[in-house]
Amino acid sequence: MSAHVMALKQALRRLGGKPVSTLLSALVIAIALTLPALGYVLVDNVASLARGISGKPEISVFLNNDVPAERVKAIETALRANPQVAALRFVPRDEALKQLAARGGFADVTGALADNPLPDAFILDPRDDSPTSFEALRKQIGAIPEVAQTQLDSEWVERLHAIIALARSTTLLLASLLGAALIIVTFNTIRLQILTQRHEISVKLLLGATRNYVRRPFLYFGLLQGLLGGLLAWALVVALLVVMAPQIEALAQRYSIVLSIGGPALWQGVVLCAFAALLGWLGAAISVRRHLHDGLMID
Amino acid sequence: MIEFDHVSKHYPGGHEALTDLSLEIRHGELLVLAGHSGAGKSTLLKLIAALEAPTAGRVLVNGLDVGRMRRSQVPYLRRSLGLVMQEHRLLMDRTVFDNVMLPLLISSQPPSDAAKRVRVALERVGLTEFERAMPMTLSGGEQQRVAIARAIVNRPSILIADEPTAHLDPAYAREIAALFRSFHAAGVTLILATHDDTLYSPYGARRVELAHGKLLS
Ligand SMILES: Nc1ncnc2c1ncn2[C@@H]1O[C@H](COP(=O)(O)OP(=O)(O)OP(=O)(O)O)[C@@H](O)[C@H]1O
Ligand SMILES: [Mg+2]
Repeated sequence: MSAHVMALKQALRRLGGKPVSTLLSALVIAIALTLPALGYVLVDNVASLARGISGKPEISVFLNNDVPAERVKAIETALRANPQVAALRFVPRDEALKQLAARGGFADVTGALADNPLPDAFILDPRDDSPTSFEALRKQIGAIPEVAQTQLDSEWVERLHAIIALARSTTLLLASLLGAALIIVTFNTIRLQILTQRHEISVKLLLGATRNYVRRPFLYFGLLQGLLGGLLAWALVVALLVVMAPQIEALAQRYSIVLSIGGPALWQGVVLCAFAALLGWLGAAISVRRHLHDGLMID
Repeated sequence: MIEFDHVSKHYPGGHEALTDLSLEIRHGELLVLAGHSGAGKSTLLKLIAALEAPTAGRVLVNGLDVGRMRRSQVPYLRRSLGLVMQEHRLLMDRTVFDNVMLPLLISSQPPSDAAKRVRVALERVGLTEFERAMPMTLSGGEQQRVAIARAIVNRPSILIADEPTAHLDPAYAREIAALFRSFHAAGVTLILATHDDTLYSPYGARRVELAHGKLLS
């Protein structure tokens, strides 16, 4: 146990002994981690927005504006009788206006309107949710003369989900690539350290140091350097979000999307730091394994 | 306690450094290894500390075949020996005190006890007042004494020194030799390679001469 404390102290001394190069290495690691971490946080925000929206396909059927009430009734009866329709909901034009007004940002617009511009509408769930069958149903309903427009509501949701999935896998790919970069950076730092400390290592082995005793300070060094990089990356992510969030939210607002970008949760920061520390340790372990063979060390 | 049993050592690429050598070193003995340059003196000493492995034969230290022991056991063998190499191999970026402390840190001795033992070792080699000095600021003889203090700080029962006085002028060499003789007087088994055996022969040393990897006797 005390051997670990000693190795940790030694690693800390090495980090503190060269503050500039320590900071530079940590910054390289931090920048490599910031990109995927920031991507993750942003995707996470958009995903949590999309999660509330059903991906189940619905068909919205908008009628013409001047359809008399009894014709509406007749269309409803016909739709209910259709075996392809599982459920049907009628949205009168007044309710549609109220819903619109309730959505953020539209209250002023709807209040300013003298007349309700919205039509009556039906929202129906197809019985069979294969794309071909509800496409057929949509065509069939579209043929009714009073129907102005039919719309598959799932389309944009599906598109959004696809975009989120793509963004997620891109982030993951980026994370693996830059994680590999982190391992390589640590590998090289440790390689140089072993080279410059050849003399010290050979003296220690001569005096009866075990392989573990010699290895340990390098492993702790890699771990601490990774951890430092992780902490810096987290600070960078938080700072960048503070700067970017208002702009992204303003952009979303233009598309009438109420988006509020939240910062990363504490546990996410902890995961980031642990991940960075683990990769640093791994890079050091590989480097030590590759460059520290006894045979070479005692001459 | 140390036995060479028909030992040969072939360096890869080089010629044979030791050929079918048999030698027994008894407990408490002062053994002086003489021989021309390249005779195999350093090789013989390295075999004892498992710094090299024999190509044939056995090297036994306290009954342990050190040429075939598990790699993980080698550090414990080295801790039981005191080693002073031809070049002193000090850490130049640490104080004299920290250099002598190193073997104790490596064998995880309790720190309070360790500091005491470092001071005893430094006193033994007459460097008490240099404990805070950096090795760079010391003379060659003083540096070699630091290396000796480092070798004895673990109180080994076997002390191995490879030409410890080779680079020193005669006055320093006599001083260091006297130091080694005092360890021997205290009961330590001492094995020395040297070009100048007059430093030890009058004091009951057993002299062994190597030539081209073989014992002359
Ligand atoms: N690592 C090595 N690789 C190859 N050959 C070596 C190695 N070390 C020593 N030798 C050879 O083995 C022979 C014995 O070397 P050794 O160092 O044991 O001699 P020595 O008696 O200590 O000489 P010196 O008095 O010059 O120190 C020499 O011919 C040397 O060239
Ligand atoms: Mg030699």
